[in-house]
Amino acid sequence: MRIDIDSYREIIDTLTRNKSRSFLTGFGVFWGVFMLVALMGGGQGMKEMLYNNFEGFAQNTVLMGASETTKPYKGFKKGRSWYMDYKDVERLKQQVPELDAVAPVLMGRGSTAYYGDQKTTPRIQGTLPEMTKIETPKMYYGRYINDMDVREQRKVCVIGKKIYKELFKEGGDPCGKKIRVDSTYYEVVGVDYRSGGISLGGRAEERITMPLTLMQAAYNRGNSVDMIAAVGRPGVLMSKITDRMRETVARAHYIDPTDEQGVGMFNTELMFQMISNVFKGVNILIWLVGLGTLLAGAIGVSNIMMVTVKERTTEIGIRRAIGATPKMILSQIISESIVLTLVAGMSGILFAVMILQMLEMANTEDGIIQTHFQVGFWTAIFCAVVVSTLGVLAGLAPAARAMSIKPVDAMRDE
Amino acid sequence: MIHLKDINKTYQGAQPLHVLKGISLDIEKGEFVSIMGASGSGKSTLLNILGILDNYDSGSYELAGTPIWNLSERKAAEYRNKMIGFIFQSFNLISFKTAVENVELPLFYQGVSRKKRHQMAMEYLDKLGLADWAEHYPNELSGGQKQRVAIARALITRPQIILADEPTGALDSKTSVEVMQLLKKLNQEDGMTIVVVTHESGVANETNKIVHIKDGIIGQIEENLNHDASPFGINGMMK
Repeated sequence: MRIDIDSYREIIDTLTRNKSRSFLTGFGVFWGVFMLVALMGGGQGMKEMLYNNFEGFAQNTVLMGASETTKPYKGFKKGRSWYMDYKDVERLKQQVPELDAVAPVLMGRGSTAYYGDQKTTPRIQGTLPEMTKIETPKMYYGRYINDMDVREQRKVCVIGKKIYKELFKEGGDPCGKKIRVDSTYYEVVGVDYRSGGISLGGRAEERITMPLTLMQAAYNRGNSVDMIAAVGRPGVLMSKITDRMRETVARAHYIDPTDEQGVGMFNTELMFQMISNVFKGVNILIWLVGLGTLLAGAIGVSNIMMVTVKERTTEIGIRRAIGATPKMILSQIISESIVLTLVAGMSGILFAVMILQMLEMANTEDGIIQTHFQVGFWTAIFCAVVVSTLGVLAGLAPAARAMSIKPVDAMRDE
Repeated sequence: MIHLKDINKTYQGAQPLHVLKGISLDIEKGEFVSIMGASGSGKSTLLNILGILDNYDSGSYELAGTPIWNLSERKAAEYRNKMIGFIFQSFNLISFKTAVENVELPLFYQGVSRKKRHQMAMEYLDKLGLADWAEHYPNELSGGQKQRVAIARALITRPQIILADEPTGALDSKTSVEVMQLLKKLNQEDGMTIVVVTHESGVANETNKIVHIKDGIIGQIEENLNHDASPFGINGMMK
C-alpha cells in the first residue's frame, strides 16, 4: 500500500471508534507481554539473588572434615575419633594433581575482639593465602593474608565488614591499627567486604582471618586443622576425584578408605548443579506461561477482528464497489491488527520494564545494584518482534474473511 | 458504450434460479436509460453485472470497448473505480467519514495525492451545492443531501457511466424529484451516460429510454422523449 497519512488515520479511526473494545482486546496482548517480560526479569533476578549467596565461592569445591569412624580398620575399632593435620594438605597436593588449591581451615570458638572501648564477638579462622582460590575476598582496605605472614607467624589479621563497622565506628582505613582478640594483639592488614551467604565457618562479614600457623600457635592447636577445602583445576569433575581424596587422607590416618562418614566430604558441585537445573526448569515454565498468555491475547485479537469484519461487511462492500482491490482491504485489516497488538504489546513491554526497574532500584545498596532484574535490550527487541509477528498472524484470518466479501454484499445487507 | 449480448445468469443453490435468460441490450454514449421491472425480475442482477459487481454465466458484455469477462478481482476493482460511478438506494456512505472524505474515497484508491483529491472533492460538493456540508457526517445530513454526496462520489472519478440502483427508493417525493432533476441535468449538460434501475414508473418516466424487464427477459424498450407520457408528468409527483 502507498504511504498516505489517511491510511494511518483510517486505522486509528477504526480502532478508536470502539474504544472500550479495542482497549479490552489489546489488554490481552498487553498482559501477555507484560507477563513474559516481567517473569523473565523476575526469574533472572531470583536466580541472581540466589547466586549472590554463593558469590565469590568456587563452585567446584570439596570440603573435607573429620568425624568418628564408622568402620573398623587395621585393628582399630569403629567409633574412633581422629583429627586431620597440616600434612594432609601436603598429601592431597601431592597425590591428587587435579586439585588447583588446597586450603586448610582452623576455626576458633567463642572469641571476643576489642579496639579501644569497642568490642565484638567474631568468628576466628586460621587459613592460608590459597583460600582466596576458594572464597574470593572483596578487599575494601588493605590486603589478604600472604605467604610471609604464614611463614613468619606474623600477628596480622583480616577483618570482615561487620567487625570493621563495629570496631571502627568512625570509619577510615583501619590498616596498621592493632586490635585485641582474646589475649593477643593483631595488626589489621585488610578489610574483607565479602558478604556472600556461603562461606566456611560462619558468615564472612563477622569473621577475623589470621595465618593458619599463627592461630595454631596462639590457640595451642598443634598441627591440626578442622577442615580442608579443595578446588579442582578447570574442567576437572570433582565427583570423579572425591574417592581418591578420601583414600589419600584415610590411609594416612589408618581409616577404612571406604568409610564415607569417617572422612566426611561435601561436594558443592552437586548442589550448584541442582540449583542450576531448578532454574532451567523455572525458565522453561516462564516461557511456557508467558508465551501461552501472549498467544491467548493474540487469539483474542483475532477473534475480535473477526467480529469487527463481520460488522463492517457493508462498509467493506462499499469500498470494494468504489474501487478498493482485495489487497487494499487485506492490508487495511492486517494493519489494524498489527497496530492494535503493537501498541498493546509495546505498552506491556514498557510497563514490565518499568516494574523491573523499580525492583532493581529497590535492590540497590550504596548505589551498587545488588540484583539485576532488568531484561536485556535484545530480549525486549525479541519480544517486540514476537508481538508484531503475532499481530500479523492474528490479522490473517479476519483479513481473509474481509477479502472474501463481495461488493454485492454491501447492497444485499440493506 | 454498453453492449450486452445474450447474457445468462443462474444463481446456484438447492434450487438453481435462472435469473437472466438471454439479455441483449445496447446503450450508447450519452443515453439516459432506465431499467424497469418488478422485484424479482432480474433488474438488480443485471445492474450488478453491468457494474462488474457480479459475473455472468454466458454471453458477452463490452463496456466502453473493453470486454468484461472473467476479470481478476484487482482488474475488476480498477474498472469499477475508473469507469463506473455507483449510486445506491441506501446511499452507502461510510458513516464514520465526513461528506468530503466519502467523496474522496474513490480517488484515495486511485492513489491521487491527499491535497489534490481533497480539492477535487470540494469542487464536486460545491457543484452539488453541498460545500457547506463538507465536514458533516452522513448522519447529520438529510436523505437528499446524502444522495447528493453519493452522486458526488460517483462523479469524482469522471466515470464513463453512472449506474443508479433505485436512487430515489429511500427518498420522499420532493427530494426524489430533485435527485432525478440532478441526474437529468448531468445527462443533458455533461453528456453523462446514466442507467437507472427502478420499479417506479414515475422515475422511469424521467429518463429518455425505458427498458422493461420481466422474468429475466427484456420485454419492451420504449423511447420516452416527452416526459409527460405518464400520469406522473413533468413537475408532477413521482409517487
